[in-house]
Amino acid sequence: MSNETLEQLANRDYEWGFTTDIEMDIVEPGLSEDVIRFISAKKEEPAWMVEWRLEAYRRWQKMAEPHHWAKVSYPEIDYQAIRYYAAPKQKVKLDSLDELDPELRRTYEKLGISLDEQKRLAGVAVDAVFDSVSVATTFKKELEKHGIIFCPFSEAVHKAPELVQQYLGSVVPQGDNFFAALNSAVFTDGSFVYIPPGVRCPMELSTYFRINASETGQFERTLIIADKGAYVSYLEGCTAPQRDENQLHAAVVELVALDDAVIKYSTVQNWYPGDADGKGGIYNFVTKRGKCAGRRSKISWTQVETGSAITWKYPSCILLGDDSVGEFYSVALTSKRQQADTGTKMIHIGKNTKSTIVSKGISAAHGQNTYRGLVRIQKGAEGARNHSQCDSLLIGDTCGAHTFPYLEVQNPTAKVEHEATTSKIGEDQLFYCRQRGISEEDAVNMIVNGFCKRVLKELPMEFAVEAQKLLGVSLEGAVG
Amino acid sequence: MTTPMLEIRGLHATAGGTPILKGIDLVLMPGEVHAVMGPNGSGKSTLANVLAGKPGYEVTAGQVLFEGKDLTAMAPEERARAGVFLAFQYPVEIPGVSNLYFLKQAVNAVRQHRGIEELDAMEFLQLARQKMKLVEMSDKLMQRALNEGFSGGEKKRNEILQMALLDPKLAVLDETDSGLDIDALRIVAGGVNALRGPERSMLVITHYQRLLEHIVPDRVHVLSGGRIVKSGDKSLALELEDKGYGWIQQSAEGGAARA
Repeated sequence: MSNETLEQLANRDYEWGFTTDIEMDIVEPGLSEDVIRFISAKKEEPAWMVEWRLEAYRRWQKMAEPHHWAKVSYPEIDYQAIRYYAAPKQKVKLDSLDELDPELRRTYEKLGISLDEQKRLAGVAVDAVFDSVSVATTFKKELEKHGIIFCPFSEAVHKAPELVQQYLGSVVPQGDNFFAALNSAVFTDGSFVYIPPGVRCPMELSTYFRINASETGQFERTLIIADKGAYVSYLEGCTAPQRDENQLHAAVVELVALDDAVIKYSTVQNWYPGDADGKGGIYNFVTKRGKCAGRRSKISWTQVETGSAITWKYPSCILLGDDSVGEFYSVALTSKRQQADTGTKMIHIGKNTKSTIVSKGISAAHGQNTYRGLVRIQKGAEGARNHSQCDSLLIGDTCGAHTFPYLEVQNPTAKVEHEATTSKIGEDQLFYCRQRGISEEDAVNMIVNGFCKRVLKELPMEFAVEAQKLLGVSLEGAVG
Repeated sequence: MTTPMLEIRGLHATAGGTPILKGIDLVLMPGEVHAVMGPNGSGKSTLANVLAGKPGYEVTAGQVLFEGKDLTAMAPEERARAGVFLAFQYPVEIPGVSNLYFLKQAVNAVRQHRGIEELDAMEFLQLARQKMKLVEMSDKLMQRALNEGFSGGEKKRNEILQMALLDPKLAVLDETDSGLDIDALRIVAGGVNALRGPERSMLVITHYQRLLEHIVPDRVHVLSGGRIVKSGDKSLALELEDKGYGWIQQSAEGGAARA
């Protein structure tokens, strides 16, 4: 196909790039203990919480930003130039969703997220996070009937302090890495989920993250605990306005699954990717990790990553409980000048632990896509099994795909399999489709969706449809 | 007067910048089946690709009219939707896209263009089952990824199945017999014959006469050095089989010398 068509396909407009004009409560740029105390005070946090933050901050100050091992490049980030708190001004506590600022409600409507419980897709509860705060959470009462806690993190600190104290930092410690330490110091909002023993969460839980304010970083923190025999399916989505400056998003997500519990965590990441020349876009530097603490527990990560200028994340599973299962299904698409270095870590500690990795990387235009995955079988992990499948699809001649698998096997009974393929959407394939009456754009979408099918089918139905559309949109102007 | 299905006048074309076709004239009326034969490198596949609009093939002079309209001004998908079908010599594989899904997309793209309602999965399956019989296509092959791991015969049968489903006005069959054993050849030819009709024209491109034993053409054209050097009825194919392409090339050169 012609290079022009490809270019157009790759550089399609970002339709979520608008900004919301609303009065904001915002701090001056810069990071210090005072700023951390300010954030903590805004959230009326107890003393233990502010101490925890400050401890993380002191660790972070001694750490160096990792620059060398990931296959991404970006200019130096000035951490003193970032604002660490921005929140829309509204009544401190909303008694009901009806009191939500109409401007915020309109913002989410525009993004296709209805906060009206009546109109909502049945079976999906939403926590809407706007810059540094959660502005609305739907179906809270309905969920409370089942003993389920689904609320903004800042509320959980008051509502379930024991659970927060017990599990916060238990999977991703404060000093785990540079960005996790930064997050631990300054995190603002995110979701907290607790599913009591034996409860199957009756609806999908989801959080929608929206960056709106400029020069602001978003540092959300999500903690999900599934008690013995519990089940939960959780989904997060994200968008941001179109701006020429880069913005930092450094989140931490911790999952804990006790005996026989199942957590399914899905992400559809659509942060602003920057323009065709690489100007602007979100730096998405995220630490996501789940601990299969209990026997026969299961944690399944599914991610569709189409946005961000740079994506740097490895949703991982620590398979501690015997017979526990970890899964990672990923589609990462890089177009324009996007860079992604993403994959997973499967740490097998318990006996007969199993993990599955399916990674599909798509590169178009000047996108650079790296899969980086670690499978470690520790000494005691008798009978552990892993299967990894890493496929790359290239569209055009100016993009790149890279695969770095790391296998560390310390137990001779383990079975570890790794398969990788690289293919290219060929001109011959496109011509063949066109000769059958299918437009070039539809042909590319069809081939890409076919390539990602195995991952997309892991997403909850309605989000799979969204993800499919998103892949198409992200490739618009990039085919070629 | 009836408008020809395909009218080629003084066609010159290049492939990747190299001149290949050097003045082709050919008229194909509705319902007619013409064979284009010729030695390797004579321009047979170039002609097929030019008719389908493959990128990299450029018309440098002359005209190609399809039902009186300039075909060269149309994008490949527009040609397909208007009723031009190319059965590929080497059908491509598309992993992850099931044969059935691909065919449904293609049929609906064409139907949409013709202003007919698109078919849903069930309706399409019914239509497909009917056409699959034509070329003895199994359900199993329909569920597999498009052409992936198909044998040579299965791929060619799949091409004819697509032709049956897309219901073109003009079908160009590019060496559909290549790589087929005698049984597969019989199935494929049977499918093609079943699709012959007064409204449909076919251009059958082949190197060998044996396909024309099964698909009997109304006219035979011999292509050599980018020109049609001889045309005749079906007996010309037999004569070629007998005397080889050397004969026609010599006589063509002789003709050129006399001119």
